[in-house]
Amino acid sequence: MTTTAPSSAAAQPATSSAPLLEVTDVQKWFPGRSKGLLSRTGNPVKAVDGVSFTVHEGETLGLVGESGCGKSTTGRVVSKLIEPTGGAIRFQGRDISGLSRRAMRPLRREVQMIFQDPYSSLNPRQTIGTIVGTPFRIQGQKPEGGVKKAVQGLMERVGLNPEHYNRYPHEFSGGQRQRIGIARALALRPKLIVCDEPVSALDVSVQAQVVNLLEDLQSEFGLAYVFIAHDLSVVRHISDRVAVMYLGKIMEITDRDSLYESPMHPYTHALLSAVPIPDPAVESRRERILLTGDLPSPSSPPSGCVFHTRCPKYRTELSDSQREHCRTTQPVLEEKRPGHQVYCHFPQVRTDLIDGQPGPVRTTGPKTA
Amino acid sequence: MSIGGPTEFEAVTAADGMNTDPSGDDAPADIQGRSLASIAWRRLRRDKVALAGGVVIVLFVLVAVFADLIAAVYGQNPDRQNNLGPTSPINDVTGLPNGAFGGISPEHILGVIPLSGQDLFINLVYGARTSLSVAITATALSLVLGVSLGLIAGYFRGWADTVISRTMDVLLSFPTLLFSIALIAVVSYINSDPAIRFYILVFVLGFFAFPYIGRIVRGQVLSLREKEFVEAARSLGAGNIRIMFREIAPNLFGPILVYTTLSIPNNMLGEAGLSFLGLGLVGTPSWGQLLSDANQYLQVDPFYLFLPGLAIFIAVLAFNLFGDGLRDALDPKSTR
Repeated sequence: MTTTAPSSAAAQPATSSAPLLEVTDVQKWFPGRSKGLLSRTGNPVKAVDGVSFTVHEGETLGLVGESGCGKSTTGRVVSKLIEPTGGAIRFQGRDISGLSRRAMRPLRREVQMIFQDPYSSLNPRQTIGTIVGTPFRIQGQKPEGGVKKAVQGLMERVGLNPEHYNRYPHEFSGGQRQRIGIARALALRPKLIVCDEPVSALDVSVQAQVVNLLEDLQSEFGLAYVFIAHDLSVVRHISDRVAVMYLGKIMEITDRDSLYESPMHPYTHALLSAVPIPDPAVESRRERILLTGDLPSPSSPPSGCVFHTRCPKYRTELSDSQREHCRTTQPVLEEKRPGHQVYCHFPQVRTDLIDGQPGPVRTTGPKTA
Repeated sequence: MSIGGPTEFEAVTAADGMNTDPSGDDAPADIQGRSLASIAWRRLRRDKVALAGGVVIVLFVLVAVFADLIAAVYGQNPDRQNNLGPTSPINDVTGLPNGAFGGISPEHILGVIPLSGQDLFINLVYGARTSLSVAITATALSLVLGVSLGLIAGYFRGWADTVISRTMDVLLSFPTLLFSIALIAVVSYINSDPAIRFYILVFVLGFFAFPYIGRIVRGQVLSLREKEFVEAARSLGAGNIRIMFREIAPNLFGPILVYTTLSIPNNMLGEAGLSFLGLGLVGTPSWGQLLSDANQYLQVDPFYLFLPGLAIFIAVLAFNLFGDGLRDALDPKSTR
C-alpha cells in the first residue's frame, strides 16, 4: 500500500485516496445449534465469511444478493450492532472491530444506520421529537438553539412538517416514517450511513422519493452510504460501486456501470437476467437465466466454489476437468479487469443481459461516478 | 397481545408520504398529536360497561379511604356492640336481630350482626379498606417482582432467563393455598403481632402471583428487544439500562395496567378466602371474616351472609369489567 501510494494519489482525487471504511476479510459465524444434550457444538452458521470492501468518503456502495446471503449481517457488522468473529473493520484508518461499547460510543456519531421496516424502527411510545432528539441525548450533545430547534430543522430537511414534532409514529405513513428514521440517522452528522434495505418496505412511488432524498442528503452532507438492497434497479440508481453477495461471500465487486453493462460472474448474470425490463420486445428477446435448487445451508457450504451447486455455467458449459476444479478449489475475489473483482475460476463478460436499459426507479439523469 | 403495532388510525390520519412541502400539508398545524393513551381513553369512554366498573371502583376506593369520616357521620364504629339496653336491636332471648332483613332500621341501615349487635354497614365499610389495602399492596408486590424479573429475563436471556423462568415455573406449580395456610399458621404461632398478619397475607398473595405478570412481561420483552427501534438506539450508543427503561419499558404499560386491574380482584378474593379460613387480619373487620361468621346464621339470618358476599361480588365484578374494557381499549386490533 505504501509503495503505491504516490502514484495512486496522483491518479485519483485526493478525497478518495484513503478509504473512509475498510472492511478486510470480515467473518460473522453464528454458533450452531447443538444437536443433542451432550454435544455443545454444531456447525457454525457462516452468515458472513471473508468479506472485504472499501467505501470512500461521499461514495455509495451497493450491496445486493438474495435473501439469506448475509448482506444485512454485513451491514450490522459494519455499524457494530453485532461483533464480527474475524477480520478487521477500519474506520478512518482505525480498527473498530474489537472496541467495547464504551469505546465505541464516540464513533457512533460517525456511523449511523437506516432500517428496513419503518414500522418497527420507531418506538410507538415516543413522539417524533423524542425519537429524532434521542441521538443528541444519548451522545450528550447540545446543539445550537436547543434540541427542539435542531430536531425541527432535521424534520424540515427530510421533508416532514416540523409542526408534527409532538406526533406519534402511528400517525404517519410508511414513507413519512422512513423519513423520520433518516432524520434520526442524520442528527449527529455521520460520515457513513448503513442503509439496510431502506426502501424495500415502501411502495414504488414512495421508494423513488426516499431514494432521491437520500441522494440529495448525500451531496449536501458528503455522506457515504453502504446501501443494502435486493432491488437491482434501486441499487443501480443510487450506487457508485456495487458488490454482489452470495452465501456470505462477495461474488463480484466493481463500479456500477461495469457491473450492469459487463457483468462477469455467472451469479450476477442470473440476477441481472431476472430484472424486468418495461419493454415486451426486449423482454421476449433476451435470455432469462434460471437458477435451480435451493440456497445451500450457510452452516455447511459447498466445497470449492460456493456457487458451483447452482451455477448454470458449471452445469452446461464447463468440461469435466474444469468442473473438478470448481468443486475442489476455492476461488478468490481477484481483479480480472481493472477495478473489477470477481470470485470465479471462469469469469466471462456478458453485455446482452440488460440492454443498457435504466431501471424503473431512475427519475433523474444517471449519476456520474 | 401487541400494543405496539400500527392502528387503524394510521390509515385515516396519515397522509401519503409524497408530501415533501411542509406548508402544503392538509392537517392544520394546531392539531395536537394524539398519544396512544389518549386514543385508549377515547375508546374506553365509549365502553359504558367498563366505565360503570370504573365508577364503582372509584366509589369503593373513596369508601375505603374515608371510612373514618363515614363512621363519624354515621355515628357507629365497627367494634361498638349494641346488644344491651332497652333500644337494642338484638333480641335478648335468641340473640338474633329484631326486625326484617337482619334488623334494618334507620340507625343500622344494613342491619346488625347477631349476638354482638355490631353495625353491619360500618363493618362492610372497614372491610372494604382491609380488602383494598391487602389487594393493592399484594398486586404492587407482584408487579415489582414480575416486571423487573420479566424484564431481566427477556432482555438478557441466557442463564438469567433460565434461572428466572425455572423459578417461575416452580412457583406456578407450588401448592400455594396449602403453603399459605401452613405459613400463616406457623408465623402467627411464633409472632402474634396483628401487623405481621398483614405482611404475611400480602407476601402470600403477591409473591406467588408474580410469575403470571413475569411471564407476560418476559414474552413481550422477548419480542420487543428484536424490534429495529432497539437496534436503532443501540446504534446510537445507548446502554442496556437506557434501552430497557426508555425504549422497552414504556411499551409494557398496557399489559401491566391490564394485569393490575385483573389482579386486584383476584387478590381480594384471595384475601376473603384466607380470612374465611381464619387466616386473615385480626383486629380489623374484613369481608371474608364476616362471611365466615355469617355462615353460622345461614338458616336464621341469611341476610347477614348475603351482604358481605354481595360486597365482594360487586367489587370483583367492577374490577374485572374495568380490566376487560381497558384491555380492549389498549389493544389496537380490537374492533370495538
